[in-house]
Amino acid sequence: MDHLPQSNPATPPVQLYPLGDAALVLQFDDVISEATHRHIQAVARLFDQHPFPGLVEYVPAFTTLTVYYDPWVISQAGRHDPYQSAVAAVQHLLGQVQAAAPEAVTELVEIPVCYGGSFGPDLGTVAQHTGLTPSEVIALHTTPEYVVYMIGFAPGFPYLGGMPEHLATPRKTEPRPLVPAGSVGIAGRQTGVYSLPTPGGWQLIGRTPRRLFTPEATPPSLLRAGQRLRFVAISEEEFQCQQHEL
Amino acid sequence: MSCSILHPGLLTTIQDGGRRGYQQAGVVVSGPLDALALRVGNLLVGNPTSAAGLEITLLGPKIRFESDHLLAVTGADLSATLNGEPLPLHRAVAVTRGCELAFGPPRAGCRAYLAVSGGLAVPMVLGSQATYLRAGIGGLEGRALRAGDRVPATGPTPAGRRVHQQLLSRQLGRAWAAASWFPDPQLTPAPTASPTVRAVWGPEYGQFTPESQAAFWRAEFTVTPQSDRMGYRLAGPPLRRHTDLEILSSAVTFGTVQVPAAGSPIVLLADHQTTGGYPRLAQVITADFGKLAQVPPGGHLHFQEVSLAEAHYWYLHQEKTLLHLQRGLALLSSR
Repeated sequence: MDHLPQSNPATPPVQLYPLGDAALVLQFDDVISEATHRHIQAVARLFDQHPFPGLVEYVPAFTTLTVYYDPWVISQAGRHDPYQSAVAAVQHLLGQVQAAAPEAVTELVEIPVCYGGSFGPDLGTVAQHTGLTPSEVIALHTTPEYVVYMIGFAPGFPYLGGMPEHLATPRKTEPRPLVPAGSVGIAGRQTGVYSLPTPGGWQLIGRTPRRLFTPEATPPSLLRAGQRLRFVAISEEEFQCQQHEL
Repeated sequence: MSCSILHPGLLTTIQDGGRRGYQQAGVVVSGPLDALALRVGNLLVGNPTSAAGLEITLLGPKIRFESDHLLAVTGADLSATLNGEPLPLHRAVAVTRGCELAFGPPRAGCRAYLAVSGGLAVPMVLGSQATYLRAGIGGLEGRALRAGDRVPATGPTPAGRRVHQQLLSRQLGRAWAAASWFPDPQLTPAPTASPTVRAVWGPEYGQFTPESQAAFWRAEFTVTPQSDRMGYRLAGPPLRRHTDLEILSSAVTFGTVQVPAAGSPIVLLADHQTTGGYPRLAQVITADFGKLAQVPPGGHLHFQEVSLAEAHYWYLHQEKTLLHLQRGLALLSSR
């Protein structure tokens, strides 16, 4: 390889390593940061714009972008080494990225949430743990603009960054056997929204009438990595109205 | 064109080549656990390798064909019969309307595949017909088949129709007839009771203690009953890391061996979640996914360390062998 990508000197070099025989991991850093997140988004956009033959799909995460490739196609039916071919294709694209370039204006998605009551049975627990009143918990939870770092765990499930540390509350010791879709919860220093009814141990503080995963829709996930998100408190009446409209 | 499910069996789902391109939305790939078996079955009946068929688990269904079909049963030997007579595996079989396919006790392996010429006519969801049970999408109403279901079929491909006619014209008066030709046995390995599954190092391999690394390659692991299409929970010696470095969630895939803190590994399969936060000790090679898929709950397996170059050698070898089968069948059906 005579041409190695020259990424922006302000960012550490991207590490490449295999995940089995059909995926290649691009690791951008070891810690979560918005700069790394923007770098990953910039590379993901390049993959969208310039997909190479044999690229199957990619999965962005906190500090990595995992690229799935078809070893048969990328090696031109076995004429080249599949891994080296994938590395070369990825490095070619990495060489073109403007690392940490200022993001084009990102979309802000508002998620209406009815806090407390039967929709947020653990709001009291969170208030008690944090030493706040329930209204203060709601006020704090609806303040920041969160970043959608990645979608994973379940279809449409967002991993969000930006929750005020004051709200951090440990998970429940016993997970609930079934958490309704749309439930908004806190687990440690993370907050998120259940996209499907599943068992779960997050502290539930509210519920949104929006559907985070709609298989009939294009795209199927309401959220995607790179977006910004704000929670907006609504009343139970508004919840019922919005649910009927959907 | 359709078939009726008289009895659903233990877990019978519609699967195709899998749902690709939506993992960034958290949507898992799904598809067959033993992809090689379904791909071979599809080729035998003149289909593209990714066409939808049935994945049949341990105790098979009873199915009546409501029209003439060209089919093939591949994968595990689950004592398949047609109208009560033993059905040969890995062969194209022409059946006439009213024929009944049934299964008996599992003899070898645990997942069989029914491929039908032309594939199944269920809706595409996000570009695939594969059933993903947890989200309730794909297949027939996003669920496993039930008694009383009618599974619509598209109708045979031109190649499938020619083969159907060839087979039955030689067997006048019979309700069904199987082809005498069969694929290269490399493509239809008999499932073994306690297979050795080859794997490469996972991204966090180096975080495990030398003792745990050695134990992983040496020990026999048991597939526990807490295993499903998402993954096998394995029982064996506890595997430990020498660090408590935090792992940030990142992509996991079919064949990823991840190890939660309790030390018992989980091998992820077709319905694996898209990302995970457990350390990834190893990664089963694609060429051995079929071996893995055929280990029943309570069964055993060993892992064998190979290099990435070996993994790719066997991957490409399997693709080439499939391509030879495809070319051979094209010649046969054009005669």
